[in-house]
Amino acid sequence: MAHAEQKLAIFRGLLKFKSNVHKIWGVLIFLSIVTTVEVALGIIKPASLMSMFLGMKILNWIFIILTIVKAYYIAWDFMHIRDEKGSLKGSIVLPLVILIPYLAFILLIEADYIFEVMNTGFVSWNF
Amino acid sequence: MEVAATNPSEETNVWGGGNKPLNASYGKMMMWFFIVSDALTFTGFLVAYGFSRFKNIDSWPIADEVFTHFPFLHGIDAPMYYVALMTFILIFSSVTMVMAVDAGHHMNKAKVTFYMLLTIIGGAIFVGSQAWEWKNFIKGEYGALETRGGQILQFVDGDTGKRVALDAFAASIATDRSTHESSNGIWFVGEFSLPTYSLDEVKAGFTANENLVIRGEKLNAKGQKIVLSREESLVKINDAVDVVEGANLIHNEYGNRLFADFFFFITGFHGFHVLSGVVINIIIFFNVIRGTYEERGHYEMVEKVGLYWHFVDLVWVFVFTFFYLV
Repeated sequence: MAHAEQKLAIFRGLLKFKSNVHKIWGVLIFLSIVTTVEVALGIIKPASLMSMFLGMKILNWIFIILTIVKAYYIAWDFMHIRDEKGSLKGSIVLPLVILIPYLAFILLIEADYIFEVMNTGFVSWNF
Repeated sequence: MEVAATNPSEETNVWGGGNKPLNASYGKMMMWFFIVSDALTFTGFLVAYGFSRFKNIDSWPIADEVFTHFPFLHGIDAPMYYVALMTFILIFSSVTMVMAVDAGHHMNKAKVTFYMLLTIIGGAIFVGSQAWEWKNFIKGEYGALETRGGQILQFVDGDTGKRVALDAFAASIATDRSTHESSNGIWFVGEFSLPTYSLDEVKAGFTANENLVIRGEKLNAKGQKIVLSREESLVKINDAVDVVEGANLIHNEYGNRLFADFFFFITGFHGFHVLSGVVINIIIFFNVIRGTYEERGHYEMVEKVGLYWHFVDLVWVFVFTFFYLV
């Protein structure tokens, strides 16, 4: 079991905790801050972040990146991936990191294509 | 790759069994494999949602206008606060779960029991919140018309730009039309319950109120719904064939029909995961009280359900982003 050596540092060693319990509270505070930032951005919707970047609003990119950051800390500290062996880490994380962006990429490209086809008027959507 | 045995004094025998290259027990590894495959299932759902959304990128409903309720704050526009609260509840129950796992490592039965109980309570609150969210979504708030092509027409006050509910303006026309039940007439044909107002009543009320205009599904460049002028609205309302109130799997008043379908399916599937998580947590909770793991000498079972519980939290983080924020 993993309790023999738990790695107690997060942010690449920037923040070190005295015990596992302290680390959990630290991660909770960090996750809460990220969620609060997300909600605040979602309510304010700053005009400067509404311009488009790679087919999506910059604000949406920020949301997605912050979500992945949250997912990382939940998996690494709550699910203790940080304390697992490299081989187990890889066999869990790699399939997901490869397959999910791949599936998202091909389906969103396809959806964008269908949108263009309907938009240029080959299909009547409202009859 | 490193294939050293966990205990150096043991004889290293790679193929003879007994060594753990991943340094994880059988049960924990199977839980991880389940989580990986379940993560891909959720990916399929969320990416399908993204597909539909990108396909209808210029007419997708705006989440801020759909989820505006907060308990005890009636009629106050509170977009997202409630789901943010739900997110905090779930993250917090995740934390109590890690605390239980940590206490399990120290063989502290009292603490494990306490934190498991908190986790169960957090999960139950979350499921309850989701049920409340569904109730509001199904009930709807303003009501709308649907055209033959399945587009939703919503009503807006032309002066203030605020949404107007059907019961604020619909005329009252006497009619003997009643819900057709499959027990009457042609026995195999039935229908859902009729909306509160008939199409004629809505149309008459719309014509009588000069300040009302119609809003379609299309978005303008700023991402707001395009509002028609009064003249355009008077023409457009003749396309309507149905009155829609609230949402079900076939119609919804918020816009694209797929929006409600995906909402029910994805949050429902996630809610079902939370529910089963709560049930499993309760079973483990009673095992802890009984002292099963004390006898076994380790609390790894708590760690395994903990993994599942964190995974449910992890999925919610993504559902929250893609349904409510983006």
